[in-house]
Amino acid sequence: MTRWIAQNRGFAAALVLFAALYFSYHLMHPRGFSTAVLVQNANELVAIGFVAMAQTVPVLLGGLDLSVGAVMTLAACVASWLLDGTPAQIALGMIATLAVGAGFGLMNGLIVVYGRLQPIIATLATGAIAIGLALLIRPNPGGNVDGDLNWALTNSVYDFAETYGFARGGDAAWLQPFVNIPVPLILLFGTACLVWLPFKRTVTGRTIYAIGSAEGAAYASGLPIDRARIAAFTLAGFFAACGGLYLAIQTSTGNADVVQAGAYTLNSIAAVVLGGTALLGGTGGVIASILGAMILRAVSFYFRILDIDPLLQPLIEGIVLLTAVSAVAFRTFGVKNQLELFR
Amino acid sequence: MQNVPIVELSDVAISFAGVKALAGVDFACHAGSTHAILGENGAGKSTLIKIISGVLKPDTGTIAVNGSKVGFSGPADAADAGIVCMFQELSLIPDLSVADNVSILRPPRRFGLIDRRAQIARTEELLARVRCEDVDPRAMVRDLSLSRRQMVEVAKALGRDPKVLILDEATSALTQRDVETIYGLLDELRADGVCSLFISHRMHEVEALCDRLSVFRNGQHVETFAKGERSDAEIVRLMIGRDVTAKFPPKPPIRAERAPAVRLDDLRWEDRLKGVSLTLGKGEILGIGGLDGQGQKELLLALFGVLKGTKGTVTVGDGDGLATSPHRAKTGKNRIALIPDDRKTEGLMLSLSIADNIVAAALDKVASGGVIDPGRLDAAVRDGIARLQIKAGSPAHAVRTLSGGNQQKVVLAKWLMIAPDVILMNDPTRGIDVGTKQEIFRMMRTLADEGKSILFYSSDYAELIGCADRVIVLYDGRVVSELTGEAITEEAIVAASLNLKGEVA
Repeated sequence: MTRWIAQNRGFAAALVLFAALYFSYHLMHPRGFSTAVLVQNANELVAIGFVAMAQTVPVLLGGLDLSVGAVMTLAACVASWLLDGTPAQIALGMIATLAVGAGFGLMNGLIVVYGRLQPIIATLATGAIAIGLALLIRPNPGGNVDGDLNWALTNSVYDFAETYGFARGGDAAWLQPFVNIPVPLILLFGTACLVWLPFKRTVTGRTIYAIGSAEGAAYASGLPIDRARIAAFTLAGFFAACGGLYLAIQTSTGNADVVQAGAYTLNSIAAVVLGGTALLGGTGGVIASILGAMILRAVSFYFRILDIDPLLQPLIEGIVLLTAVSAVAFRTFGVKNQLELFR
Repeated sequence: MQNVPIVELSDVAISFAGVKALAGVDFACHAGSTHAILGENGAGKSTLIKIISGVLKPDTGTIAVNGSKVGFSGPADAADAGIVCMFQELSLIPDLSVADNVSILRPPRRFGLIDRRAQIARTEELLARVRCEDVDPRAMVRDLSLSRRQMVEVAKALGRDPKVLILDEATSALTQRDVETIYGLLDELRADGVCSLFISHRMHEVEALCDRLSVFRNGQHVETFAKGERSDAEIVRLMIGRDVTAKFPPKPPIRAERAPAVRLDDLRWEDRLKGVSLTLGKGEILGIGGLDGQGQKELLLALFGVLKGTKGTVTVGDGDGLATSPHRAKTGKNRIALIPDDRKTEGLMLSLSIADNIVAAALDKVASGGVIDPGRLDAAVRDGIARLQIKAGSPAHAVRTLSGGNQQKVVLAKWLMIAPDVILMNDPTRGIDVGTKQEIFRMMRTLADEGKSILFYSSDYAELIGCADRVIVLYDGRVVSELTGEAITEEAIVAASLNLKGEVA
C-alpha cells in the first residue's frame, strides 16, 4: 500500500482532491446524497470521461492527440443515424460507430508512424477532417435514437432492469445492492476495466509506457515500437467513439458542433494532467484520467448550487483548474535534489 | 578454432554523414569464447557492436550467423538469433519496474496477458543469479542507483538466453563485488558455449577474462590474437599507434600547508550525507574513493548547489557559504564547476552543436548587453577545441556525432570556459579510452599547478592512486579514511571502502 502510494503519488493526490470536492458538493446540495443527483452527475461525466481516456493513451507515448474531440463528434453523428430499429439493428449500429472511431484512430496511427509526423500536428489536421466528415453526415443537428435505449442507459440500474424487464423488472433480491448505481458509471468504468486493464498487460501496452519513458531504450530492447504507436492511436479513436456513442444516446441527436469538439479535446488534456499522467509520457493511466475528468466536472457542478454570475464561470474555472493542477504537481516541492525536477 | 564462427562479418563498411566509421572490416568470433574488443575513442567498437546487434545496418558487406547470411532489420531480429547486447547507454526503461524491464520482450503470459506473479518469480531468479537479491523486482528502475541498474541490465540480458552476449563497458559503473559476479558469470557462460564480446577500457579486466582479443583503430580491424601473444605495451601500441610511457603525470611533492579553498564541517543531507568534514586546499587534487553510492555523488551535488535542505557549515574561499543553485555556484566569487557523471543527460545538450555546448555555461563571457557577439563566440569555441584537442569535423556539428571521449572533452571545455576556481569531477573518465584518460589526467594536473582545486570522485582505484594528492574514502555518508602520499595504496582504499578499520591500513 505504501509502495503503491509512493509510485502513484499523482493519482493519490487527485483521489483526495476529488473526494473532498465531491463530498462537500453533496453537503451543500439541497438534495445531496440522492440517486437523482448521482445519476445526473454521472451522465455529465461519461463523454468527457471517455475522451480523457482516449487522450491518455497517446499522452503515455509522449504525444498529444488533438483529434479526440472531433472523433467523438464524428462518432456521435454516425450513431445518430444508426441507433434505431430492432435490437439487432441497434447493436450493429453501435458496433459500426465504434468501428468508425477505431478506424479513424488507426488512420492517425498509420500517419504518425509511416508519415513520420509529430502526433500533435498530424492529429490537428485529421481532427479537422473528422469534423468535416461529421458536418457532411449531419449538416443540421438531429437524429433518431431508440427511446428505451436512451432511458435505460442514462439512469440507474433499477431503471435499466425495468426497461428491459430482466431481474423481475429490477425487483430481484440479488440486484438490490446495485439498484442505485448509475448505468453511465458502469459503462465508463466497465469499459476501462474490460479494455484498458487487460491491454496494459500486453507487450504492446507495456511498450507504450516504455516509449514514453525512454524511447531509445525501448528500441534497443527490441520492443515493437511501431505496432505500439499504431495501437495507441487506434485505442484513442475507440475510446473517443465510446464517448460519441454515449453522447448520441444521451442527447438522442447528433450535432457536428466544432466548438464543442475543440472544448472536449482541451478538457481531455486537462483531465489527463489532473489525473497525474505525465505529459512527457511514461507514467500514469486511463483510470487516473477518468478521475481527472471527475474533478473537472465536480468543479463545474458547484456553479449550479452557488449563486455565481455565469459570465464569471470561465474565469473561475480557469483559476480552479490552475490551482488543482498545481496541487497535483505538489510533489515537486518535496524534491530535495533539484536535478530530479528535470527528469 | 576450426569450427564455423558464430558471428562473422565480411568486408563491412558504414559511414555517417560522409565520415567512415568502419571500413573493410572482417571479424569473426566463436562459440565458447570470451572475446575482447579493444580500441581508442572512435575506433569503431560501438559501431561494430551496433551492427552485430541489429541497431545499425552496414552500407556494404555481409553478416553471417553460424555460417548463414542474415540481414537484421532491428534489435528484435538479432535477439531472436540469440544475439543480446548490453549497451553502454543503459537500455532500461526508468518508469517501469525491475521485473517489467527484465522480461520486457518475452514476458511470461497467462491467457495472453502478462503474468505478473510469474514475471516477479522469474526476475527474482535472475537477480539471484547475478547476486542482486537486494533489488526488489517491484521497484521502479528510476529509483535504483547506477550500479544496480547495470546489474539489472545483466539480469535482463541473461534472461534472454543469449548465444552471443555483448557487454559494452558493462563494468564501468559497478562495484568490485559486482564485477566479480560478472567474472563468474562469464566463466559459466563460456562453459555453456556462449560467445561473449567484451568491450572495456580496463586492461586488467580484459587480461582476467578474455581468451581472444581484437584491436580496432580508426574504423579498421587491426589484429586479432589469443591472450598472451602480445604484451600490454604492444597492445596499447596497436590501439593508439604510438608508444605510451607513463599513464599518469608525475605528482608534485607533498605540501603540508595549503590555503583552504573549500572547507566542509559536518555536512548533512537526507540520509545520504551523515556529517562530512573535509578541507580542499588550493592547487590540490583531492580524490574521493569508496564503493558506489556511499554519498560521493551527493557530496559533489551539494557543493554545486543542487541539493536543498543541506545542514552543516561550508566555507568556500574566504567566507562564502554554500551556493544555493548551480547558477550561484558558477558565478560566485569563487567559481565552481561540476563535471557530472552522466554526460549524456547532465553534461551535454546532445542535439545542439559542439560550439553551443562549449559556451553554454559561459554565455555571459561572449555576450555584451545580453546579445551574443559572434566574433567572441567563435574565438572562445576555437580556444576550447584547441585547448582540449577535441577531434571534430566542425564546431557546428551536433555533439551526439562525437565519440564518448570527445564528448567528455566538450563537457570539460564547457566548464573550463568559466575559469573555475574549484572543479568537482564525478567519475570523469567513465567509459572513455586510455588516450583520452591520459589527456584528462594531464590537464587536471596542469589546472592544479595553476592553483585550481579539484575534488575528484572515481570508481577506478588506479586513478585515485595515480592522480590524487590526497584521497578520502566515503562509507555510508561519512569520511572513514584519509590517505596521503605513499599511504594511497589499493589495499588501503579497498579496506577503507569496506570500512575495515585497522586490519590492512
